[in-house]
Amino acid sequence: MALLQLRDVNKHFGGLHVTNSVNLVLEQGEIHCLIGPNGAGKSTLFRLILGEHHPGSGQIYFAGEDITTLKSFARIRRGLSVKFQVPGVFKGLSVRQNLEIALQSRLHGAALDKEIDRLLAFLNLEAEQAQLAGNLSHGQKQWLEIGMAIALKPRLLLLDEPTAGMSPEETHMTGEMVRRLNAAGMTVLAIEHDMAFVRQVAQRVTVLHLGQVFAQGSIDEIVADERVAAIYLGQAHA
Amino acid sequence: MTGLVSLFRRLEGPQTLGRGPAFWALFALVLAGALAYPLFSDGYTVGNTVYFFVWVFIALSLSLIWGYGGSLSFGQTAFFGIAGYGYGILTINFGAAYGFTWIALLLAIGMAALVAALLGYFMFFGRIAGVFLGIVTLAVTLMLERFMAQTAGPEWRIGAARLNGFNGMSAMPPLTIPWFGGPIPLFADVGLYYVVLAMLVLVYLGLRILMNSSFGNVIVAIRENPERAEMLGYDIRKYQLITFVIGAALAGLSGVLYTVWGQYITPSSMGMTAASLPLIWVAVGGRSDLTATVIGTLVVLSGFQALTIYGSQYALVFMGVLLVLTVLIAPNGLVLGVIKGITKLVTRRKQEAA
Repeated sequence: MALLQLRDVNKHFGGLHVTNSVNLVLEQGEIHCLIGPNGAGKSTLFRLILGEHHPGSGQIYFAGEDITTLKSFARIRRGLSVKFQVPGVFKGLSVRQNLEIALQSRLHGAALDKEIDRLLAFLNLEAEQAQLAGNLSHGQKQWLEIGMAIALKPRLLLLDEPTAGMSPEETHMTGEMVRRLNAAGMTVLAIEHDMAFVRQVAQRVTVLHLGQVFAQGSIDEIVADERVAAIYLGQAHA
Repeated sequence: MTGLVSLFRRLEGPQTLGRGPAFWALFALVLAGALAYPLFSDGYTVGNTVYFFVWVFIALSLSLIWGYGGSLSFGQTAFFGIAGYGYGILTINFGAAYGFTWIALLLAIGMAALVAALLGYFMFFGRIAGVFLGIVTLAVTLMLERFMAQTAGPEWRIGAARLNGFNGMSAMPPLTIPWFGGPIPLFADVGLYYVVLAMLVLVYLGLRILMNSSFGNVIVAIRENPERAEMLGYDIRKYQLITFVIGAALAGLSGVLYTVWGQYITPSSMGMTAASLPLIWVAVGGRSDLTATVIGTLVVLSGFQALTIYGSQYALVFMGVLLVLTVLIAPNGLVLGVIKGITKLVTRRKQEAA
């Protein structure tokens, strides 16, 4: 079953056609990676899915419902969740409070405390729970934000470069985290440049280029595709 | 019952300084001192002390909107004026019998809240944020001052109440308690002192509970990162609007109490100086904490008052210097800095002892 569906989605910024008739179907339960050179329109596509931008034309469906005109918070309440590219944690608040704010609309009292503890363990942030989120290392901030995103128990988790600035070990740990979440039933759409990470988690890969879907398939098919290699080297001008 | 218990638990939390028996013992001590103070003073001095308390509500409203919510508002002074004039117009027309002054107090606060709801709706849902919010609210405040200043002519009257232009409105009745042996008017004396003190304690404790609730969590989350807050499923504009309206009501309470205290109000209480001073008290105290705001406001305001005796213009210059120094030395507020310093010292002593 399709969980998320983009139909002929277009977005212009002035004369720039950043999203050009994109059709994309995300199946329930898959880990799908979105790759492409800088400026391919990946982050814009995320913003369109999240409602931070609205498409000039085309529709976006989530779980069968047309969400094209819904506001961002309403989309989140329907089961979308996101981790931004630049870690968007609440820097002046403690790690624990960051998670509490993400969880409080779903849980209260003792159940809330218990879930915060469980998430802290899952994120390896138990020792840092009283610290201000702004004092965490870059990788820890990334994890905390992933924790806040999954605290909502989303049906679809959007990850914008979840491993940016992470060491190879941290990247691998993040990949394992994503796979565990997926095994528990979460559908994941991730923008990622790190091919080791893509290889570790992706079940399907979509290549975006100049605002268009350029290629789609398994990671092996994408890697074998000479045209894809060419656009990364800047040789194709499709 | 459990609801009440969880409400009291919210008196302490990550959003407010001060917790545990030591803090509440100190709180009780200060409160006892404030309650006993009129016994050791005369009515005139006590009445003047009320003047300082009156301003704490507008300071708390700024702490709420600016310190906790992250939106700098110059509009508090406008709501102060709307409620102050509102009380005057209502009581001059309908008198003080049957406890009407208390209804007028609520209605006047309601007017300020209503204007804030309208203004806030267009600002927040029009996605005005940051410095532009400050500009829009300042414009509204100054516009209101200009408007009231040109109402000197006899045609500017609402019922029996003359608006009176720059000379302002006066001779409205004070808050009056209806009583069997005849109504008791609360002039700037011991009676009004206790009433305002009670309001102050209630508002302070109520705001502590509000800020440590899940609502308060969302408010500080919006200050820290509005995009992230929205992407956790919160309708942030709704939260900002509610905070703005609560703040306006508190500023309105200040306005009514100010009018009641001196039995007059003029347009200059909505002017540029009037709009800036609360900002300075709150910034110097520590805008992101309620307790620091209360202490800061009372200290700076009494200092300002003492200086005014020697020359009001110098006092204003001193206020400006104080603001600059605060921004340079302790951008989060001097009182807040001192409190945090002491807390750190105490915990270090405890750790060393252990």
